[in-house]
Amino acid sequence: MNAMAQYALLIDYEYCTGCHSCEVACQQEHDYPAGTCGVVVREYEYQAGGRVRIDYLPFFTQHCDLCKVRRTRARDSLPACVKHCQARCMEFGPTTDFAARLRDSANVALFTHAPGR
Amino acid sequence: MSETQVFRTVAWSAGPGCHGGCGQKLFVEDGKLVRIEGDEDNPWNEGRSCPRVLALKQYMYHPDRITRPLKRVGARGEGTFAPISWDEAFDTCEQRLKEIRDRHGAEAVIFAQGTGRDIGGPITLLAYSFGSPNWVQLGLSGHSCYTPRLAAMKTTLGDFVVADCSQFLEKRYEDPQWRPPAVIIVWGQNPTMTCPDGFYGFWIVDCMKRGSKIITVDPRNTWLTGRAAHHLQLRPGTDAALALGMLNVIISEGLYDKAFVAKWVQGFDQLAERAREFPLDKVAAITEVAADDIAAAARLFARARPAAVQWGVPVDMCPDGPAVAHAITCLSVVTGNIDVPGGQVIARPAYGVTTYPFSTEELIQLYGADLIKRLNEKRIGADIYPMVKNFRGWAQPDVVIDQVASGKPYPIKGAWIQTANVVGGQSARAEFHLKALQQLDFIAVVDLFHNPTTMALADIVLPAATFAEKDSIRTWWAPLEIMTKRVQVGECKSDWEINFELAKRFNPEGTKRWNTLEDLFNERLKPSGLTFREIAEGGAWKMPPEGATKPYRRHERGLLRADGKPGFATASGKIEVYNDTFRSWGLDPLPFYTEPAQSARSTPELFKKYPLVMITGARSQLYFHSEHRMIPWLREKMPDPLVEIHPDTAKKYGIDEGEWIYLENDMGRVKRKATLTRKVKPHHVHTLHGWWLPELEGKAPSLFGVWDYQINKIIPGPQNSKSGFGGGQYKTTLCTLRKIAG
Repeated sequence: MNAMAQYALLIDYEYCTGCHSCEVACQQEHDYPAGTCGVVVREYEYQAGGRVRIDYLPFFTQHCDLCKVRRTRARDSLPACVKHCQARCMEFGPTTDFAARLRDSANVALFTHAPGR
Repeated sequence: MSETQVFRTVAWSAGPGCHGGCGQKLFVEDGKLVRIEGDEDNPWNEGRSCPRVLALKQYMYHPDRITRPLKRVGARGEGTFAPISWDEAFDTCEQRLKEIRDRHGAEAVIFAQGTGRDIGGPITLLAYSFGSPNWVQLGLSGHSCYTPRLAAMKTTLGDFVVADCSQFLEKRYEDPQWRPPAVIIVWGQNPTMTCPDGFYGFWIVDCMKRGSKIITVDPRNTWLTGRAAHHLQLRPGTDAALALGMLNVIISEGLYDKAFVAKWVQGFDQLAERAREFPLDKVAAITEVAADDIAAAARLFARARPAAVQWGVPVDMCPDGPAVAHAITCLSVVTGNIDVPGGQVIARPAYGVTTYPFSTEELIQLYGADLIKRLNEKRIGADIYPMVKNFRGWAQPDVVIDQVASGKPYPIKGAWIQTANVVGGQSARAEFHLKALQQLDFIAVVDLFHNPTTMALADIVLPAATFAEKDSIRTWWAPLEIMTKRVQVGECKSDWEINFELAKRFNPEGTKRWNTLEDLFNERLKPSGLTFREIAEGGAWKMPPEGATKPYRRHERGLLRADGKPGFATASGKIEVYNDTFRSWGLDPLPFYTEPAQSARSTPELFKKYPLVMITGARSQLYFHSEHRMIPWLREKMPDPLVEIHPDTAKKYGIDEGEWIYLENDMGRVKRKATLTRKVKPHHVHTLHGWWLPELEGKAPSLFGVWDYQINKIIPGPQNSKSGFGGGQYKTTLCTLRKIAG
């Protein structure tokens, strides 16, 4: 068992629309070339309730350093992906805060992310 | 390391490429953009950004960007250009265009733009200073983008309206005056993909989080349709029948707002009579939507207070687009949702400042009644279509290209093409456009990158600036916004700078009151009581003050009419659902339905040969129309031109996931990579437009592979509309699938 990650990213996947802003925000922030990114959004197409349903979910890769440098530039600065998320479905914060909130949450994914895993 | 400076500005046009409006912060070091971030203080986007604006650095400093004026040195299409000075470029444009004017008249030069960007302002200044009436969205069949909707709204209501997502209020969702719409019909628009017509798409998502229920009208399945209370998955092009069917349910079941109708609506009985011609079983047969779903959606919308409609370009692309827009507008009118919080609010440019003219009145205000009247007489298409003559200032695009080819009734000799990729972009009958334009004596193209149009046609190429490199003003509804130049790339100039210089050369007398471009901006900004610098220094935006350009209930308060009386800005003071203006133009004063030009019903023989309805023209967050394929951060996320095919259909044609195939009809064939998905119905296919591959050879005949990938090559013209506006067949053309191998 690993030690608890200090920070986490909470994704409300009911609202992720797959707009790619998080990905390009990350690439700009880190000057990553095409092909490298700290976050990758994937699409899920399925049928439910007589409808075709399209959902999206971002995943955080080993290139995600939680915008360590960026967050030192301004104390309250959000990671680039969270700041630019157009659907406002991403949150960043201490893992313990999110853990406390999870009992009142539905349709969220919590990424307890430790850079350099 | 040198210090980073942060400047607030606003995105519009080159860069993200779009209709713009979002506040952006430019991080600049040593005169170079190092980063861009959404501006948290701008109420439009509240800090958010799309992937195209976040990729601005790769766009601005791309090695292929055109950074100096160029002249063609080989034969047209050979693709050989040599750099020249701005003086030589301006002198050449002036001399060549004046030669044409002297010999053939100013109308012999067309001034072509693409979509609703920061071009409408500068290009009308240039065209009208030159004296030509022929301002045109060249290639856009039926002028099927927003103008049909604008015409329907203006003539019915005396104004334009938009879904109220609090965008006119500084405190936005926190403003106590505002209420979230209880229901929003999202009609032919995918707000998670684009921000069209002065509307930030994610305002819809913001409203959903605040309780708004959604009704979607869309032939495809998307993220949004899966979350809608009702998804009306209609057959493309049948929107008018659906709207009339919904009106019939609302009126016949007495669900309309009787007090509002009695007080403010003219011609309700005639509308009711017309709607009665659209019973549910008939509408279900036309639209392929179940009668129960149509009725349930109509009831939900009518019973909701307030309710709004956010719509898109498919409305315009229906046959007789203005009639479709008229029908949909009536849904908001009969339910009493006009200019109420969370309803359909009257949209005027903040403070009454015009940048991109949306109506004849605005053109008259800028250029004078005499000039506009004179131009109307010679405008291409005005003799055929009264709406083209009497609404706004556009020449009719299908008639323009026919006239370029035929020289009748008068010859066209030159073209000024400004950030419009006519060959690789919106042109239905794209190959015909190229052939016709090749005959012209002189063509200047203003753009940022080489593309099929610069390569095939340009005699002179002028390098344009992105929004970070220019001064400009923007009022597409609210707020009033200012762009300020903070960086320079090469020798690029803004569209305003380029056109201002040439306008002065073509019409020294009419332009002498402005020494600088800023003088012109300040003249246009006068209604705001503020100067360009004052707004720029105040954060780059100003919301409209109390009065005529800020909601709500302005018809009750006497804020809409010139005479100051309560009512709407129509002749009768009421909302004219029986549209007297349409009648005076020889058009049906009531909404009506027209079957698409190609379909199982209208062309059964053709349908046997080509049994799939091809839907094109949808939007992508990664690409704006025919732009951005050379931007690495964007291209990697959708490297290939895809066609969406239902798995059952793919099986029938023996097509596998990822296989390259042809889409084919009598006009030719275009390559696509198949992707198998239930986003489309089995008898529909869907593909994005605007594909050419910047990595391929640019010189003719290759033109970056445009004739392999340009989907509008197999979209027919002319348009399918009695008014001259609407009916471009971008969503209703029939095709089949063919395997490339064997």
